[in-house]
Amino acid sequence: MAEIRSDEKRSPLITLAAMPMRAVGAAIDPVFKTAQRVVGIGGMPYIFLLPNLCFFGIFVIIPLFINFAFSLTGGTNLFLSDRAYVGGEQYGFLLECENHFDTSSCREDRFWRGITNTMVFVVFQVTFLVLFSLITALILNRKIKGRGFFRAVFFFPVLLSPVVVALIWKWILLRDGLLNALLVSIGLERILFFVDPNWAMFWAIFVSIWAHMGFYTLILLAGLQAIPPDLYEAAEMDGTSKERVFWRITLPLLWPNMLVVIVLALIRGVQIFDEVYVLTGGGPGTATQFMVQYIYNTGFTNQVQNFGLASAASVLLGVVLFILTLTQLFVTRRRDRG
Amino acid sequence: MKSRMLAFASVGALALGMMTSAASAQTELRMTWYNDGIEGEVMQDLLDRFEAEHPDITVSLDVVPYSAILESLPVQLAAGDGPDVARITDLGGLSEHYLDLTPYISDPAYWEENFGPFLNWLRPAGDDAISGFMTQMTVTGPYVNRTLFEQAGVDLPGDGATWDDWAAASSQVAEALDIPIPMAWDRSGHRVAGPAISMGAHMFDADGNPALVDDGLKEMTQRLYDWHQDGTMAQELWGSVSGSTYLGANEDFANAQVVLYMSGSWQIPQFAETIGDAFDWWAVPAPCGPAGCTGMPGGAALVAMAGTEHPEEVGILMDYLSSEDVLSEFYGRTLFIPGHLGLAQGGIDFDTDDPRASHALEVFAGAVPTISPIAFELQGYPNNRVMFNALISRLGEAIVGELTLDEAYDRMTQDVEQQLAEQARDN
Repeated sequence: MAEIRSDEKRSPLITLAAMPMRAVGAAIDPVFKTAQRVVGIGGMPYIFLLPNLCFFGIFVIIPLFINFAFSLTGGTNLFLSDRAYVGGEQYGFLLECENHFDTSSCREDRFWRGITNTMVFVVFQVTFLVLFSLITALILNRKIKGRGFFRAVFFFPVLLSPVVVALIWKWILLRDGLLNALLVSIGLERILFFVDPNWAMFWAIFVSIWAHMGFYTLILLAGLQAIPPDLYEAAEMDGTSKERVFWRITLPLLWPNMLVVIVLALIRGVQIFDEVYVLTGGGPGTATQFMVQYIYNTGFTNQVQNFGLASAASVLLGVVLFILTLTQLFVTRRRDRG
Repeated sequence: MKSRMLAFASVGALALGMMTSAASAQTELRMTWYNDGIEGEVMQDLLDRFEAEHPDITVSLDVVPYSAILESLPVQLAAGDGPDVARITDLGGLSEHYLDLTPYISDPAYWEENFGPFLNWLRPAGDDAISGFMTQMTVTGPYVNRTLFEQAGVDLPGDGATWDDWAAASSQVAEALDIPIPMAWDRSGHRVAGPAISMGAHMFDADGNPALVDDGLKEMTQRLYDWHQDGTMAQELWGSVSGSTYLGANEDFANAQVVLYMSGSWQIPQFAETIGDAFDWWAVPAPCGPAGCTGMPGGAALVAMAGTEHPEEVGILMDYLSSEDVLSEFYGRTLFIPGHLGLAQGGIDFDTDDPRASHALEVFAGAVPTISPIAFELQGYPNNRVMFNALISRLGEAIVGELTLDEAYDRMTQDVEQQLAEQARDN
């Protein structure tokens, strides 16, 4: 309080700016004083967390339970009370396979193709995303000309809506798109990128990396800048090679950030939907149809909107995401402690 | 001074009161609508006139993408949060949400007389409700780029030509002129159904249950598969997306990249607008197979929804929009084939001087008598989209090589059975 008073003396503007805050404080003070009398000082953090917890509960926790309840029901009715209880039938339907390594032997082959596609996507997307983000961060951490400009350039795609990203790349990659025009102009054959399953998967991964790399680069850049420069100076004085500096100093000290990046990228990779849905529509065939699109199609695009099956699939996806989130929490805590 | 202020206050209060009572007397109806061409503009004109005649009712026209009609509207309706009136194409599939307008319209006999056969498409089996009328009757069928045929010196196959004849002729034209896509079909099960029925597909078993896969369907799907493998049809249309996603080749056709385009009568206004006289776009009768030369009927309907809080006003609106004068203007300006029997018999004065559009309207309207009864039965079947979606999604997977055709047939049957079984759980 004493500091505020001294500020007030120094600047009438601050006094003016503080007036509304003081008015708000005076209005809510009695409420919090009463709350503190009831719950004690130890209970006050929970009072402050309550609004956020309510928001989280209403929009995340309750829907999660409703979704699980839906997964135990069948039929097409929207309201839970109107739906038939079927127990674990929807899970049974999803998981029934003669051979789990052969998706065509599964009763719901598209679900398993969605899983397979998602796994392929995650492995390649996360690997290259982390690799390119690391390389970019290392370059942007050096004292190069126009460093601020390049940082902005790499971060810019993160600000774009996924739909915009996908549409831009779609226009580039279509039969009469920019890339094919370029190929034809240099005497090469047109490539139908969205007809070939391998090309379609390649571009799904590429576009996703392009769109998200800036975010992860930023995290790694922050990690790189937190490494004390005297370590590098000491290494330089010892005549340590650049490779050795990277493997022995940079990477170990950056590793906690790397882990966070890997886990976050994994979670977002498993959730992939919007960009690829607009870019390839899941095609050709089901070559780029991922788990979330399977859930969306099952729940919404079929004439018989199978909310029960879609919910069961999303519960299974939720389990995977939960495991990944726990991993992230574990990694973050270990980093904070260490 | 004090009395003057009192007078001002009284006048102000009175004016406010009048405004409030006028506002409270106003009923607002919401109409969800999608556009293929210019019909939204025409409908807005009609609604403006309706509002002028009925100052106590306003109608908001909410124009949404077609995909929202297929995907979002059913959820909105199931949640009890739908519009008062909507333009839909899943005619029977949404019937549980329709309002029976019979008590709210002035002359139900007029509706029965003029919309009779189409009313059944909107009804659950055994019901006699009147829920809406057809904003357009559609018939599927091909268009060709006649200019390309002339330039290539290839004759248009004549009456009774089969799909094989058309495929061969289109390929010949494409080869001669280096056109990238000889033949393109809308990626839609509905579009495949007519030709499959021409090849002998029955779609239903003897008991009237859906039976999608039979020899007739296999005849047609085998051709579609082969045409994709030999380049007669472009992989990028059917092969480039997944599931039952709809894709049209209208833009490719308008850009003269396609020789023959299998779509339907609803493209006429769009082609008249976008192609105009750039080339001769020409509707041709449905190609033939051993069981006939049929397209699929269909269309869009404007239906009243049971969730409305203003059924009387909805009745007044539907009476107005379905009246002969108004509908005649609507069909005439939009170049839609009428779904009103009286107007169909009397003829519509279509608002076009484009000979290609007039010819196309003639061809598609003339095709109605040749439509197979099976096609009508399939169109009236409330779960027809289950069959169409299974057909197109599994055939798409076979075309790109994820399934063999035989596996695709098995999966089509399973998909239909599984979805109908899921629906049966509601009962």
